[in-house]
Amino acid sequence: MSAGAELYQQAIKDWAGADHGHGRLDPADAAARTDNPLCGDRVQVTLRLDAGRITAFAQETRGCLLCRAAASLLAQRAPGMDAAAAAAASTALEELLAEGRDPPPAWQDLAMFAPARSYRSRHKCALLPFRALRQALEGVSHREQ
Amino acid sequence: MRSGFPLLAAQAGLHYLDSAATAQIHRDALDAVLRHETGSRANVMRGTYALADAADRAYESARGAAARFLNVAAEEIVFTSGATAALNLVAHSFGAGLQAGDRVLVSQAEHHSNFVPWLMLRERKGIALDVLPVRPDGQLDLGRLPQLLREETRLVALTQCSNVTGAITDVAAVVDAARRVGARVVLDGAQAVQHGPQDLRALGVDFYAFSGHKCFGPGGVGVLWGRAELLCTLPPFCGGGGMVGEVNLDGFSWAEAPRRFEAGTPPIAQAVGLAAALDWMMSLDWPRLRERETALCARLLDGLREIPGLRVLGSMAAEGRAPIVSFEIAGLHPHDICQVLDAHGLALRGGHHCAQPLLAALGVEACTRASLALYNDESDVAALLDGLRHAAKALR
Repeated sequence: MSAGAELYQQAIKDWAGADHGHGRLDPADAAARTDNPLCGDRVQVTLRLDAGRITAFAQETRGCLLCRAAASLLAQRAPGMDAAAAAAASTALEELLAEGRDPPPAWQDLAMFAPARSYRSRHKCALLPFRALRQALEGVSHREQ
Repeated sequence: MRSGFPLLAAQAGLHYLDSAATAQIHRDALDAVLRHETGSRANVMRGTYALADAADRAYESARGAAARFLNVAAEEIVFTSGATAALNLVAHSFGAGLQAGDRVLVSQAEHHSNFVPWLMLRERKGIALDVLPVRPDGQLDLGRLPQLLREETRLVALTQCSNVTGAITDVAAVVDAARRVGARVVLDGAQAVQHGPQDLRALGVDFYAFSGHKCFGPGGVGVLWGRAELLCTLPPFCGGGGMVGEVNLDGFSWAEAPRRFEAGTPPIAQAVGLAAALDWMMSLDWPRLRERETALCARLLDGLREIPGLRVLGSMAAEGRAPIVSFEIAGLHPHDICQVLDAHGLALRGGHHCAQPLLAALGVEACTRASLALYNDESDVAALLDGLRHAAKALR
């Protein structure tokens, strides 16, 4: 299997195609937008929260398959998470991409991004939605301090 | 031709189609850098020993080569770190004489390096910035020049050739219109120099910028050309060694141009390497090479027409353009396309190509770009067309 085909396995295409959580919450309790200056890709995340936990998650993503798959996966897993859980998920993906570390059991789906490890310029594609989520939650915690 | 480029010679399976970003370095340039660094390496304009004298001569000889390539005088050549630094130099040094109420005209087709410095000048000096739009075929809408050029326009800053669509600017028309209002013209030649020597006297512009790494030379060196009568009146941009006449506790005086604009140790070996690349380019039969580039570009455009869902940004004509072709494929992201192409030995760039205002005008956020240079041939184009068919399958 060529490197390109390995990266674009069916799971990535399925998650990207499903586009879970597509849209924008209005009103929202928290929001953040992250951009990839390399290509102009953009992820907009809006959240509703209850006592610091996500009750609703929406994403609008303009990006490649990796970015859209990550945003779609996050939309399925984000409800119920708090800032610490979001940070842990983001760290799990960072460690998978940077060091090849297996993701924790709760985040086994992240393994679909493992072939991207060899392509450093693509790490940010998968991480962009996770960074948007972290920023949105950090914005709330800063406001509350 | 490929054998003259060590990287391409060593990687037979590589189809390098990203020369608009960085062209491969020619063996003559590499050899010249190595010869200089192992035989004449010393600082310039500072030492009196024989080695320093050799470095001085090599550096000034490089200035001469750049001047011959552009058909200008050597004392009008300023070495910079690249085209971006050259354009920023104009924005600062020429811009120092501008004030609120003055106007600068740029186009929507500019690379960020000929757009952002003018946005920054607007922030610093309160000048007004006018923007020449692009037509759907990627050409600048020169018909708008009479409306956009005003008495207050001091400078027109345009690209000679788009790094996205390959559209070539009708420089004579721009210069003619600018002169009517007394405006100066700075031309970004970054994409044009790869396709042959330039005659700046004939073009009639006032400033010209290009980078060494785009014309088969080393990275880290570029050229700003300015008319002697302008350079001698402009203030320096960076301060430091080499650009001063005298320094005392009360202040400093300026060195003569071009040294006034070359503060600190310049990119000496890189300039020497660039000179070798330019000398090599000047030895080539450019009418024949341009014919070949046009034929190859036509072959590429014909092949792209056959790819379902593919749209070329700008003109579909092979003539009157540089062999730079950008496109989008419905439903596929340029990064994904380039990733699959990479697996097939094809090096292309996907993204906004540092030309976000242009991409916005053309209705896309990002695109895939194939840029051909003199070392590309039919096999590269055929591999790209095959690769795109594979990408369309792999990504859907």
